[in-house]
Amino acid sequence: MEMPVPDSDVLARKARVVERLRDVLPGDAVIDDPSETRAYECDALTAYRCPPMVAVLPSTTAEVSDVLRICHDEGVPVVPRGSGTSLAGGALPTADCVILGVARMNDVLETDYDNRIIRVQTGRTNLSVTGAVEADGFFYAPDPSSQLACAIAGNIAMNSGGAHCLKYGVTTNNLMGVTLVQMDGTVVEIGGGHLDAGGLDLLGVICGSEGQLGVVTEATLRILHKPEGARPVLMGFDSAEVAGACVADIIKAGVLPVAIEFMDKMLIEVCEDFAKADYPMCSALLIVEVEGSDAEIDAQLALIMDIAKRHNPVALRESASADESARIWAGRKAAFSAIGRISDYMCLDGTIPVSELPYVLRRIGEMSDKYNLPVGNVFHAGDGNMHPLICYDANKPGDLELCEEFGAEVLKLCVEVGGCLTGEHGVGIEKRDLMTHQYAPADLEAQMAVKDVFDAKWLLNPAKVFPLAVSEPRRATKFAAE
Amino acid sequence: MKMSKMKTEDEVTAAVAGARRPLAVRGGGTRSVGRPVVGEVLDVSGLSGVTLYEPGALTLVAQAGTPVAEIEKTLAAENQRLAFEPYDLTGMLGTPGASTIGGVIATNASGPRRIMAGAARDFALGVRFVDGAGQVIKNGGRVMKNVTGYDLVKLMCGSWGTLGVLTEVSLKVLPGVEAVTTLVINGLDPARAVDAMSRALASPFEVSGAAWTGGQVWLRLEGFESSVAYRAGELKTLLSSFGDIVETDADWRTMRDAAPLHGAEAVWRISVKPSDGPAVIGALPDGCDAMMDWGGGLIWAGLSGGDIAAAHTGVQAAVAGLGGHATMIKGPEAVRTAVPVFQPEAPGVAALSASLRQRFDPKGILNPGLMAA
Repeated sequence: MEMPVPDSDVLARKARVVERLRDVLPGDAVIDDPSETRAYECDALTAYRCPPMVAVLPSTTAEVSDVLRICHDEGVPVVPRGSGTSLAGGALPTADCVILGVARMNDVLETDYDNRIIRVQTGRTNLSVTGAVEADGFFYAPDPSSQLACAIAGNIAMNSGGAHCLKYGVTTNNLMGVTLVQMDGTVVEIGGGHLDAGGLDLLGVICGSEGQLGVVTEATLRILHKPEGARPVLMGFDSAEVAGACVADIIKAGVLPVAIEFMDKMLIEVCEDFAKADYPMCSALLIVEVEGSDAEIDAQLALIMDIAKRHNPVALRESASADESARIWAGRKAAFSAIGRISDYMCLDGTIPVSELPYVLRRIGEMSDKYNLPVGNVFHAGDGNMHPLICYDANKPGDLELCEEFGAEVLKLCVEVGGCLTGEHGVGIEKRDLMTHQYAPADLEAQMAVKDVFDAKWLLNPAKVFPLAVSEPRRATKFAAE
Repeated sequence: MKMSKMKTEDEVTAAVAGARRPLAVRGGGTRSVGRPVVGEVLDVSGLSGVTLYEPGALTLVAQAGTPVAEIEKTLAAENQRLAFEPYDLTGMLGTPGASTIGGVIATNASGPRRIMAGAARDFALGVRFVDGAGQVIKNGGRVMKNVTGYDLVKLMCGSWGTLGVLTEVSLKVLPGVEAVTTLVINGLDPARAVDAMSRALASPFEVSGAAWTGGQVWLRLEGFESSVAYRAGELKTLLSSFGDIVETDADWRTMRDAAPLHGAEAVWRISVKPSDGPAVIGALPDGCDAMMDWGGGLIWAGLSGGDIAAAHTGVQAAVAGLGGHATMIKGPEAVRTAVPVFQPEAPGVAALSASLRQRFDPKGILNPGLMAA
C-alpha cells in the first residue's frame, strides 16, 4: 500500500513541534520516544504499520484545539485515532504525522432521559455508552462487532453500523450533535438536543468523513428504551440462494426484524468452535432476531417461521433461553476473531442490492478457486452489507498481494451489481484506490471540495479516502501555504 | 418571470451551465418558503417517474420531479410506504402544485413519524444532482448501508436547492402496517403534555407519533394488530395519571401538515429539545397559536395580524437562547424579503455553510439567498 513520502522538512522540525506540544499538554500526554510511538503504528488493519512522528493524548476540547492549531501552524499532518479498531486503516499513521488519540476523553457529560439523549466525550467506548444508561433501561443502538473496544469518535468518523441497524439505523441516524475542532483550532458546535439542522446538514457530512474534516471531541447521541425482550431464531438452508429468497420474503411480508445475519459453512464452523452456540451445520445459516414483549415475539416469529418453512430449511430453531440467545450472538459477533485464530485474513465490507446476493456469492466462490485462497462469508443480509473474509498467509511472500487483488475484484463486483465498496468500515487506505470505480472524477471533486472547506491545507488524515494521485494536488498545497 | 421547463438531466445541466443570472429551482411549486428568489424559474417537474423499485430490498429510485403521490401509490400497491411521512404544504400555503420527491428531499420534509423512524435525510440513500457549475454529481447509491466517501446525500437533504438541483433520488422504504391506533388524552397544558409524551417515548412501546394540539395529546401506535392492542393497553396504564385516555381513529395529516394553523398569516416551524417545547410556547409573541409534534421537539406556531416581522425576530431570539432553530414557513413576501427566514447560525457554522455554497455554486445562481443572505 503506497503512502505519501514523509515530509523531510516536518521530520527535521520534530524537536520544535514536540516542544510546542509540550507547552500546551501535560508531560505524559506527548509521546515522542520511538519505542513508545510504536504502540500507535497500526489499527486493526494490521497488515500495514508505520510509527507516527509523535502521539498526543489530550484530555479536553481546549487541548485538542491547541494541538491542532500548533500542527496547522507547523504544517504537520494529524491522524485522529479513537480506539484503533478500524479495519480500513483509518487510523494508520504516516511517519511525519502527529497521532491525536482521544482515549483520555471518555466522560459522560450529560444523560437526559426526558429528551432521550446522552452527551459523551468521544473517547468513550461504544458499549460503555450503553453501560452508562442501561441500569435505567436505556441503550445506544448502533452495535459494531468491536463495540467493547471501539470509541464513539471512530464510530462517528466511519459512520459505523452493526448487526441491529436494520431496525435502528447506523451512527448517522443516531447522532444528534457534535463539538468539532477544525484543523486550525476553531471549535464549532453542530446540532444538539434538537432534531435536524436548521441550515445545511453539516452533521450529516461530518459523520462518515473519516476524521478528515475535524476532530469530534463531544457527541450528543440518541438513546432508546430497551425493548421488553428479544429472541433470535436460527435457520439453516442448503444454499445461499434459498436463504436469500427467504430474507426477501420475510421483508416483503411486512415484518422488520431487528437483525438478519447470514453465515456460510466456513463461518458456521469457526464460530461454532469459538462460541459453542450449537449452530446447525449447513450451507447457509440465518440468524433472525425480533423484539418486543413475549407475546409480540411469539407472533412475529410464528410468521417468520411460516415463511422459512416454505423454503425447506434443513434446520429451524428458536432460541429457548436468554443464555442461548447470548451464545448465538456471541458466535456471530466473534466471527472476525474466530477466523483470526485459524488464519490471517482480510475482511471486506461491500454492500450489494439484496437481490444480487446469490449471484455475488457464487462469483466470490469462483474467485476463491481462481486465487486459491479460502473465503468465508458473514454478513448483514437484511441490508446487503457483505463481509467476505479472505484467508491468506502473511508469512508467505506474495500472499497478501494476491489477497488484495482478490478483494479488489470482489469490491468491483459489488459496485458493478449496483452496490458500493464499503457499507460500514470506511474507505481508509484499504479501498482508497478503488474509489474511481464507484465515482467519476466530478463526484470525487465534489467530495474533496468539502474537505477544502473544512481543512484547506489538507492536513487532517490526508492520505485516506481519495486515491493518492487524485488528492495529490491538494495535499501539495500544504507546502505552498507555508 | 421567465420559466424554463426541464425534461431531462441533460437539459438541467445545460440550463445551469449557461445561466448567468439567478435561478429559482422549482419541483411541484408547493413550497414557496424562504427569502423570495428573484430569477428565472427552473422547473424540474418534467423529470418524472419511478425508475427502479425493489420491494424485497426496500428500495425505490425516482426522478426528482416525480410527484410524492405517485410514489406513495406505487408503494401502497406492495404495502410499503415512505416511513418519514413527508408533510405537504399545499393546504397551508395555498400553493396549486403537487409536491415532488425532489422537493421533499431538498427540504428534508419529515412528519410525525420522524421521532421513531427517522427523517427524510435518514431514508435518502443516494442522489444525482447538477451543481452550480452545471456538472452532474452522484453520491450514495441504492443500498442501505454505504459509507463510501463523504455523505453528500445528507448535505443535499435540507439544502433547499442552494447546493445543486436534484435530478434523481434513491430511497429506503419500509413495510406498511397492519393496524394503527391513536390514544388521546384531553385537557393538558404544554408542560403536562410534554411530560406525558416523554413518558410514552421513553417506554419500550414504540410510539410512532406524539403530538399536541388544542389541549389534546395524540399518541400513535402502529404494527401488527395484536401488538398494537398490547402496547395500547400498556401505555394506558403507564399514562393513567394524566387523565382519561380514549382510543381513536385519528387523521395524522392534521398534525403532519399543521392543519389547525392553515388560516394563519404567518407560520413558524421550530425544532428544539422536547423539554424546551413548553418554554418556547410560553415565549411566543401574543396572539400566537401553537401545536407540538415530535414529543414537544417540533413546534408549529401561527400568527395573524400585528407586526409579523417583529414577531419573527422574537421567535428566533427565544429559540437561539435554547439551542435549536425556527424557520418561517409561511409569511408575507415583504417580511420574508426583509428578515432571515431561517434561523441565523453561529458565526463558525455560518462560515462553513457559506463556504460550502460558494464551492458547490460558485456563480451564486442556485436559489441565492433563499436560506441565508
